[in-house]
Amino acid sequence: MILEQLINGLTLGSIYAIVALGYTLVFGVLGIINMAHGEIFMFGAFMGVVITHTLQLPLALAFVVAIAVTALLGLFLELLALRPLRGKKGVSHLAPLISTIGVSIFLENLAHHFFGAGNRPFNTSFSEISVQIGSVTIYAVQLVIFAIAVLLMVGLSFWLSKTKAGKALRACAENLEAASLLGVNTKKMIMMTVVIASAMGGIAGILVGMAFNSVTPQMGLTMGLKGLAIIILGGMGSVRGAMAGGLILGLSETMIVVFGESGYRDAIAFIAIIVILLVRPQGLFGQAAPEARR
Amino acid sequence: MLSVNNIQTYYGNIQALKNVSIEVPQGSIVTILGANGAGKTTTMKSIAGVLKPKQGTITFLDEDITNKNPDELVRKGISLVPEGRAILSGMTVLENLEMGAYQRKGSIKQDLDKVMERFPILKERQSQLGGTLSGGQQQMLAIARALMAKPKLLLLDEPSMGLAPLIVKDIFQIVKEINEEGTTVLLVEQNARQALKIADHAYVLETGRVIKSGSAKELLKDSSIKEAYLGH
Ligand SMILES: Nc1ncnc2c1ncn2[C@@H]1O[C@H](COP(=O)(O)OP(=O)(O)OP(=O)(O)O)[C@@H](O)[C@H]1O
Ligand SMILES: [Mg+2]
Repeated sequence: MILEQLINGLTLGSIYAIVALGYTLVFGVLGIINMAHGEIFMFGAFMGVVITHTLQLPLALAFVVAIAVTALLGLFLELLALRPLRGKKGVSHLAPLISTIGVSIFLENLAHHFFGAGNRPFNTSFSEISVQIGSVTIYAVQLVIFAIAVLLMVGLSFWLSKTKAGKALRACAENLEAASLLGVNTKKMIMMTVVIASAMGGIAGILVGMAFNSVTPQMGLTMGLKGLAIIILGGMGSVRGAMAGGLILGLSETMIVVFGESGYRDAIAFIAIIVILLVRPQGLFGQAAPEARR
Repeated sequence: MLSVNNIQTYYGNIQALKNVSIEVPQGSIVTILGANGAGKTTTMKSIAGVLKPKQGTITFLDEDITNKNPDELVRKGISLVPEGRAILSGMTVLENLEMGAYQRKGSIKQDLDKVMERFPILKERQSQLGGTLSGGQQQMLAIARALMAKPKLLLLDEPSMGLAPLIVKDIFQIVKEINEEGTTVLLVEQNARQALKIADHAYVLETGRVIKSGSAKELLKDSSIKEAYLGH
């Protein structure tokens, strides 16, 4: 039971981590919280429903379509909701936050319109395949989710630390003006960041669809709030923090169930976060002083 | 090489530059002097494309660059080492240097070796985070990083700020060497005497205007300059 929940926790936690990575990338570079990220994630999940269930096409194609559609949503978000507010005198620093909330409401309504309010099933051909090791049942779908999530995290970490574009993104996250003086086209870099973050949300959407076999237009809000809690826990803008925070939240949520308190599942997770923040207000991997962000 | 013609630059409604014109001939060192708040940094940022002048023009190698962005100007050969150095503190010394060469294509190995030879401390500390260097080391890194872009015109905004006299001497020596190797330099300094000693031409700014300009030799002897900026 504990071992099974551990595996469930890792699966769930790795999905959380990917959602949180989307938040943390955008926060790192732009210093804003993208409140539409949850809804972009939800659109990714719906692309999975459309491809695997409605059209009965293979799951791999669902990934491709979800990535393409959510990347496009990210592009629109940047061009229509964020860029027009950037660098203008007299625009409140809360304006981009409000404008992403507007986009999130719009996207949720759009999903209602296209997909209906109810629950939509997801279709993975291997959802019933499992292996039994002793008393522990492991579903293939969990392994696939975990593998994809880990691959994505390792890939992103490698990209950020070793490639020219990844280093430029980190430079932008630290200091946009300094990065531009070194020759980085910051406009392009910001756009790329929002697009990559959104596409990661889209991938997470498919993974959630695979894991829970149910997709609704409201799922963006819940996941969005959890993603937010995770980056606060891990440290705003920290990539490692998003990964660690996601796993911690996923594991604590499933472990609560082991101890028979499943009714408190969401509450306990957030209580854990509050406790950690009391000890480390800057989050697990956050900078102690905001100095580095100047 | 660079000519700034009657530029006016604003921060919102506040006019920081009222009328600034500066000529930087190829191969020279030109220095801008002036009290705190005179508009020196604003002038540098206007040239580097961080701020856009409302009026006036800036030309570089006979091309109008007035409304270009910093990254385009780096490509054209203008690099600014900003006031405060803007070291990427969460990235290593080596990564900072690599970022300096961001616009370049092809191998940068040779130039990395060259700047590390000039600044041995950077070689020693190459895997250390930029933010953990001392002030003087950070200034060396900032200059080295700008050189990695192979600029034709190097803009330096108060490179000696906050440094011990011995390090300041090093910095001025380095600026002179960089210039002798063929890079044109525009230097903003509070350290007027040393700046005038290595410069060919100088401009004095006061509340957003050029109030005096001439050869560095002349200004070193100028009595009003002596009184206001040379301390006697
Ligand atoms: N971000 C800003 N917003 C509003 N006003 C500014 C801003 N930056 C500078 N100023 C104003 O513009 C004027 C020129 O400032 P600038 O930084 O160019 O001076 P400086 O000559 O570089 O001074 P220092 O020697 O202290 O570096 C000053 O009056 C300053 O108050
Ligand atoms: Mg200044």
